[in-house]
This record gives sequence, C-alpha cells and structure tokens, in this order.
Amino acid sequence: MLNRYPLWKYLLLLCFAVIGVIYSIPNLYAPDPAIQVSGDSSAKVIDAPVLAKMEAALKAANIEAFGGEVTAKTAMLRIKDVEQQMIARKLVQQALGDGYVVALNTAPTTPAWLQSLGAEPLKLGLDLAGGVHFLLEVDTASAVAKRQEINADDMKDKMRKAKVRYASVVAQKDNQIIARFRTAEARDEGLALVRGDFPTLLFDTADSEQTAGEFTFVASFTEAGVREIEDYAVSQNLITLRNRVNELGVSEPMVQRQGRNRIIVQLAGIQDPAEAKRVIGKTANLEFRLGASPDTLVSNKEEFPFKDELMQMQRGNAVLEKQLIVTGDRVANATSSFDPETNQPQVNITLDSLGGTHMHRVTRNNVGRQMGILFIEYKTRTQVVKNAAGEDVEKMTQYVERKVISLATIQSALGVQFRITGLDNPGEASELALLLRAGALAAPMHFVEERTIGPSLGAENIKNGVDATLWGFGLVVLFMLVVYRVFGIFANIALALNLLMMITMLSMFGATLTLPGIAGIVLTIGMAVDANVLIHSRIREELKNGASPQQAIFAGYERAFITIVDANLTTLIIGIILFAIGTGPIKGFAVTLIVGIITTMYASVSCSRALANLVYGNRKNLQKISI
Amino acid sequence: MTKELRIIDFMGVRHYTSTLSIIIVLISLASLAINGLKLGLDFTGGTQLELLFDRPADLDKIRDVLEKEELKSPVAVLFGSDQEVMIRTQDQMKVKAQEKLSEQIAALGSGAALEGIERPARELEGFGDALVIANLSAEVLQQKELFPAEKYGRVEYQQRDGKTLVVVENSIDSVYLRQIIVDIEQATGAKVELRSSEFVGPQIGDELRDQGGLGMLVAFALVFLYVAVQFQWKFSTGAIIGLIHDVVVTLGFFAFFQWDFDLTVLAAVLALIGYSINDTIVIYDRIRENFRLLRKTDPHEVINISITQTLGRTIMTSASVFIVLFCLYFIAGEVLQGFALALIIGIIAGTYSSVYICANITAALGITKEDLMPKAKGEDGSEVNEAP
Repeated sequence: MLNRYPLWKYLLLLCFAVIGVIYSIPNLYAPDPAIQVSGDSSAKVIDAPVLAKMEAALKAANIEAFGGEVTAKTAMLRIKDVEQQMIARKLVQQALGDGYVVALNTAPTTPAWLQSLGAEPLKLGLDLAGGVHFLLEVDTASAVAKRQEINADDMKDKMRKAKVRYASVVAQKDNQIIARFRTAEARDEGLALVRGDFPTLLFDTADSEQTAGEFTFVASFTEAGVREIEDYAVSQNLITLRNRVNELGVSEPMVQRQGRNRIIVQLAGIQDPAEAKRVIGKTANLEFRLGASPDTLVSNKEEFPFKDELMQMQRGNAVLEKQLIVTGDRVANATSSFDPETNQPQVNITLDSLGGTHMHRVTRNNVGRQMGILFIEYKTRTQVVKNAAGEDVEKMTQYVERKVISLATIQSALGVQFRITGLDNPGEASELALLLRAGALAAPMHFVEERTIGPSLGAENIKNGVDATLWGFGLVVLFMLVVYRVFGIFANIALALNLLMMITMLSMFGATLTLPGIAGIVLTIGMAVDANVLIHSRIREELKNGASPQQAIFAGYERAFITIVDANLTTLIIGIILFAIGTGPIKGFAVTLIVGIITTMYASVSCSRALANLVYGNRKNLQKISI
Repeated sequence: MTKELRIIDFMGVRHYTSTLSIIIVLISLASLAINGLKLGLDFTGGTQLELLFDRPADLDKIRDVLEKEELKSPVAVLFGSDQEVMIRTQDQMKVKAQEKLSEQIAALGSGAALEGIERPARELEGFGDALVIANLSAEVLQQKELFPAEKYGRVEYQQRDGKTLVVVENSIDSVYLRQIIVDIEQATGAKVELRSSEFVGPQIGDELRDQGGLGMLVAFALVFLYVAVQFQWKFSTGAIIGLIHDVVVTLGFFAFFQWDFDLTVLAAVLALIGYSINDTIVIYDRIRENFRLLRKTDPHEVINISITQTLGRTIMTSASVFIVLFCLYFIAGEVLQGFALALIIGIIAGTYSSVYICANITAALGITKEDLMPKAKGEDGSEVNEAP
C-alpha cells in the first residue's frame, strides 16, 4: 500500500504528543507569590520554628499565608495576595532579625505528580516577570595599568639587586613600561635581566633620535597577556557581584558575563534599582595585622571571631594587634595553587610596591609571630523604632563586621609576593584566595545600561502575549479549515502538536521566555502551516493532473518534502546568525525561532502525513478526498 | 501538462516591474539618506520612561515640562492607551542631574563649583553618590537646603582637602528623575506611576549597529552560499538581489515615516531575510524541477509556469503569516508593534520580489537547462508524469 505508516511512527508521534502535553500543562498553573528565607551563612539552621515565626509574624499583620515548606536550606511561605508580598517580606525580616536573607519568590503550583516528572513552567524573562536589569562594564584598562605598575616596581627591584644602573622605569597609561638608561650596555644588561621573568610582556628597544644619550626599552603586554588580565578582572568582579546580589534576597538572580568586559545582572522582583545599585557597588576590605604576642599591651589588643564557623568553634576568638600592616587596597592579586615541592595547597598573594615595603618592614623583625587577615564588610541593619509620635518608623543602622579569614605564622621576611601554606585542602585554599580577592580593590565597574520593568507592566505583557498567541493560533486554524477542509484538520492537529513540542523543548532547554520570544512563537504558528500549504497545493496539483487520490497524497508529501527542507534550512541559518550576534531581545526571539523551525519540520510533515495515512491510507478505492 | 492552469505571463511585464522595483528602491535609499532611521534608545543611548497616568494624559503639558528641562531631543508619545505615556530623551539622567546641580551650586557663591561625583567611601554603606564641592562650606549648603532630606534621604557632610564632600543616600540621577515626574504631576494634575525606566549608555549603540550590520552581511553571504550549492550561482545572485530589495524597502519605510527603529525591529529585519528567502526558494525549487522535466527550454516560459504553479501556495502562506502578524500588531502591545510592522512591510516586499525580481534576474543572467541538469543520475522520481 502506498500510504501506510509503520506502527512505530504512530507510537512515536503519540509519545511526542504525550510528552508535549505533560511539559506544557505546568504553564497553565499560575504560581503563588511567596516569601523565601535562607540563612546568610551555611551554618544557619532553617527549621520548623523559623517557619512558625514567619507564620506568626504574618498572622499578626493579617496577611493570609499558606503552604509553608521547609527544605534543607530554605523555608518558603506562600502569600495569598501579590500586593502584600512586599509588606510580608519586610515583616518577616523584622521578625527574624539579622542572619537571615528574606527573598521574594514565586512558588510553583504544579501538581506533585507533574513535578516528579520534571515538568516545570517556563522561566519568564524580566519583561514578563518585572524586575531590574543592569549591564556593567569592567574597566579592564585600569586593571591592566595597575598590573603594569606592579611589573615596573618588580623590574626596578630586580635591577637594583643586580646593580644595573637605570635612569627611570615608568608605567605609562597605555599599558607600556618605559625604562630609561644612560648607556647602551646598561640597557642591554637590564633587558637581559628582566626579559625572562615576564613571559606575558613584549620587550622592544626603541632609541629615538630626539632623546640622544638616552637608551630605553619598552615593555608592553602581549594580546594574550591583556586578555588574561581582562579575564581575571571580569571573573573576579563576577564572583564579587554574585556574593553581593545574594544579599538582595532575589530568588534566582542572573549574573553573567557578556562579551569581553561586560557583566549582565538581572534581578526579578526587585523594584528599586537604586537599592540594587548600592548593594552591587559595595566592596569589602581587608586588613593584615600582627597577632598579639604575650608582651603586647592590653590597649593594643583586639579580639575577632573567625569567619569560618568550624574554626571559630575549635579555636575561639583570635587576638590581634590594633596596628595594621597593610589594607586590602594594596593587594594586587591572590591565587590558589600547590606547593611544587610538597604538593600542599597554598595561596599566593601579590601586593603592590608600597604594600610590599610596609610588609617587609614589619615582618622582617617579627619572624615567628602570627599574622592575621581580617575580612571587613559594611552592612546595614533595618530596625523598626517608635518615633516621637509613637509611629513605627524604619531606622537604618550601619555596622561593621570584621572576621578573621586567616591566621598564619610568619616564616620569613615577606615582600611583594608571599604565600600562605599549611591549608588543609585545595577547597580551603581557593576559598581563601576568593575572599582575599573580594577584599582587594577590584577593577572598577560602571553601569552602561539599566532597565526597570514594573510588575504590572510584566503582567500586562504576559496577557498581551498570550492573547496574541491564542488569536493567531485560532485564526490560522480557522483559515486552514476553510481552505483545506479535512486536510486542514490534519494540518491543524499538526500545528497543535508543533506548539506543544515548542513549549516542551523550550522548557527542557531551560530557555527564558521573553516578549520577543512570544513573538517568535506567534510567527512560527504563521510560518509552520507553510509546510502544509506546500504539501496540499502539491496534492491538489497532482489531482488536477489526473493522479488517483492515493497517488496524489503520496506524491504530494514526497515532492513537497525537498522544498520544505530547502526553505526551512535557510531560515534556520538566519536563526542561528541572530542567536550568535544578538543580545537581549534578539536572542530571545532567535531561540524560539530556531526551536520553532526544528519542531515545524517534524510536526508539519510527519504528523499531518500520519493522520492522512490513518484516515485515507486503508481505503482501496478512494475516489475523492477533501482538500 | 497543465491544461486547466492558465499560465500568467510574469516575465512579460518584467521591464515594467524592473523599473518599478528600481524606483521603489531609489526612493527608499533617498529617504534613508535624507531622513535617516529614527533610531530607538538601544542604538542612541539615553533614557526612556514609561508612565501610567490616572487620567488621560495631556501630552502638550508633558512636553512643556520636558522642554523646560532642556532635555536633548525629548519625545513624549502615547503608548498603548491614552493614559500611558512613553518619554524618551538622548540625555543621560546622571549627566543631566550633574549639570543642574553644578548650576545651582555655582549660583551660591563666587568660585563655588561641583568638581565631581565619586563613589561614597566604603564606610558609608547604603549611600548613592559623593559630591565634591569646592569653595562652599557645609554650613552654607545646609542653610540653602540644596540637599533636602525628603529628596536625597540621608545626607552626610564631610571635609576633605579643603573641599566639601556631600554624601547623599539617593543617587542624584534617581532624585532628578523623581523631580521630573513630580513636575509632570504638577503640570498635568494627574497621579503618575513609573512603570518602567531604561537607561542606555552611549557606547552600547555603536556596537549594536556594527553587530546588526555584520549579522546582515553574514546572513547574505550564507544564503548566497547555500543557494549556490543547492541550485546554482545565477539563482544565488537573484536571491540576494531580492533580499537586498526587501531589506532596503523595509528600512526605507521606517526612514520615510520616521517610525522607531529599535532592537526588536532589527530582529524583524533579520527574520525577514529568512522568510523572504523561504519564498524565493520554493519558486526556485519549482523552476529547477520544471527545467529538468519539461521539454521546453525557453527560460522565460519555464519561469512563468513555475511561478504560476506556486502562486497558490505563495498567496496562502503570505495570508497565514499576515494573520499572525496582524494579531501581533493589534494585540501583543506596543512593544512588538514595530516588529510586526517591519515584518508586514517586509513580507509584502518579499512576496513581490520572489515573484518579480529573483527569477527575473536569474533569467537575465542567462540561466539554461544545462545549468540545472542533475549531475547524478535519476534522483528525480518520474512515475507520476506519464499523464498527457
């Protein structure tokens, strides 16, 4: 028989349809607004009493809450009314006090059996969910400049030690170090001395006519060297930003690198960009201090807790001198690595030249004593106090948190570069390096883009988008039905499957749905039937040419297929280009366009053909088809 | 072969359609050159606000407020309904706020000047900006109430190197923005809600323009290559000229009517390339098939037959895409209107170019039966063609 499909093809289709339905259903359940509480350190226990406190606080304010849940690290409480979500957050924060991060969240209302299958609603972009979007640019040029200053100091140091006489070694703004000498011999000697130590620098001897009697060499970063510093500066800022953003209590913040030196921050649910900007711009600081010795004066002693809870339990507070050696501003770099000899984890710290001088002066006389590193954060606490009129007003108080992140014995006089060894494991080393970097002066960032979308606008965008999709779908279905009758039904069922498969693929890839993304879906609906139109016009043509209905159906599908693939592949190429070059709205559109083309190629051809075969394939003497 | 089908003589009118196409493209290019595209915020940088009024908004009064602030090319238009207003300017709020404050400070005494804006020191957690003011004491500033608490939140005065440092909690751009909204509220007597705000720095725009242009060129190149491999370079040339026509005409419309050209419109123009080539390829496919199948060798005749055969499909598909585009235009809200509009124009242009331009050029380049004969044998099934 001409128009028969093997059973497995039908089963495959059925399978896709079922999966499509399962993964699309969760989108019909509107999520509940919720308040989510987590501890600001991993040691904080979130348990039933915390939840009870939350519930009590909301009950007192007459806010309806339900569906409390406690998981390993968080407690979640659903709120009946979206309008009260913000107030509820404030109340819960007050009731719980410091040490807890209270976030606005949405809790899925997907039935448990669907959740257990991994079916979740699509993630919504900011234009649909509301929130703030920032684009930050990392000033990598200044990071490069700072590194060159340190390199220049290093070179001077080396040449001084080797007794090479130089006139000056200066770091220029444009990533160049210029070293000047009085004689050519001294220049060559100096160059030979430093060349091997700086693999990422390009050295060039440039004697110009005007500066007769002066011999110079110029050292500038290679392209790869610049890249490396940029990468380092951006990833360091990325880590710092992630930590900061967690303070804002956003349930699923997005902090991502974009391009060479930009970082995107998207915070759903935040409505005050000013607050977010303040928190993002915050920096921590470091202080290096000597540990108190038995003969240190009491007036010069200070006690600090350890940042690591376990250390705090084992050792109790650490006692340090009040006098500080250097601050974090002098730290240029901190990386974790392994000691080449003992293979033990260690942290390498690089200071700038001034920091190195201070460090050397203090440590050369104190070998054998301890040195502590303090991590300093400036935090704000919101308290509710009664004002003169007896009203509750919020009062912001600032406090400083100083905690010890490292306490190590000084083994020898330290200079610009030194290391901390004796760490238990590589994890501890990288954690310490991270804290040191977070406290060091990161490359400065500035905001180049800022968008705020109100929640009401987001809701309106969702409604508009869904309406447009439904209308588009409905009208196209009607159109196909009127023009192609029974074959129109086949095409429409295929279109429905196409839509289900699109939603399924988008949620499986974890794609974020945006308004342009919805436009892509709607456009796909319009373009998807093109495949069926091609097939149907082909069948009509074959019929006109005198083919029997069975032959016409067969030829129609066979011949149209090549055209469909040709035509869709070009659109796919465009989709991929859009995805590759695009940012923001273009990318959202490109994703749905690409997914739409893939599902269209399958659904429009296979599904409608299966249906045509099912209905007409078995009839031996088919005289007429409705097309 | 196609008894009932009356072949339409598309190629017969090719001199007229070519002339028409050239005129339209020239007009489009002229309006692009003279008017230029009215680039949206994404490309120019600047500030865009969406305001919701509690009553129909009085645009004239809003514009007066914006004029008074001397904002750079301010725009105030209704957005969606008569209560929603979109305001746009190419000014950066931060720069503008700094300018205004500088003026106010300079007026307070001889030599008084706002020297710069810095990040507040680490200790002042929660503060937005630190203003460095020369030749003016903290007392005078406090007396003149330049930084009232209801606007700036907490304000700290400090001394540094003989200069006054004013550290404010609310950043100056947010204060300035708030001030504009209050001014608008006063001028119109309505309550205003800020629904969304966008600030885009000037450096983003250039990059986007480069990326958009690059994307278009890459798209053209890949399409050319694909068609050349699947068909033949004469077809590629026709397809690319058709695509350029579509893009130029769409951009021409946006320039002529001064519609906003933003990122979503750019996406639409690129998507249009995908759609338009789709249309062209369906016709090319049929031309290739007919060249191989029919005994006729006159290219014009073959092309006429092919276009006529696919005409039904061309109309149907364009119609169904039009349906969804009109849904997007009328229902999906203001944000996607530019997108829908670009595609509506583009698809009219694309359908026209697929029928009248692409094949026309392929024929003009002298396409022959030999160009398209399959190199491999018998890949084309022919059992259906025993009919008359």
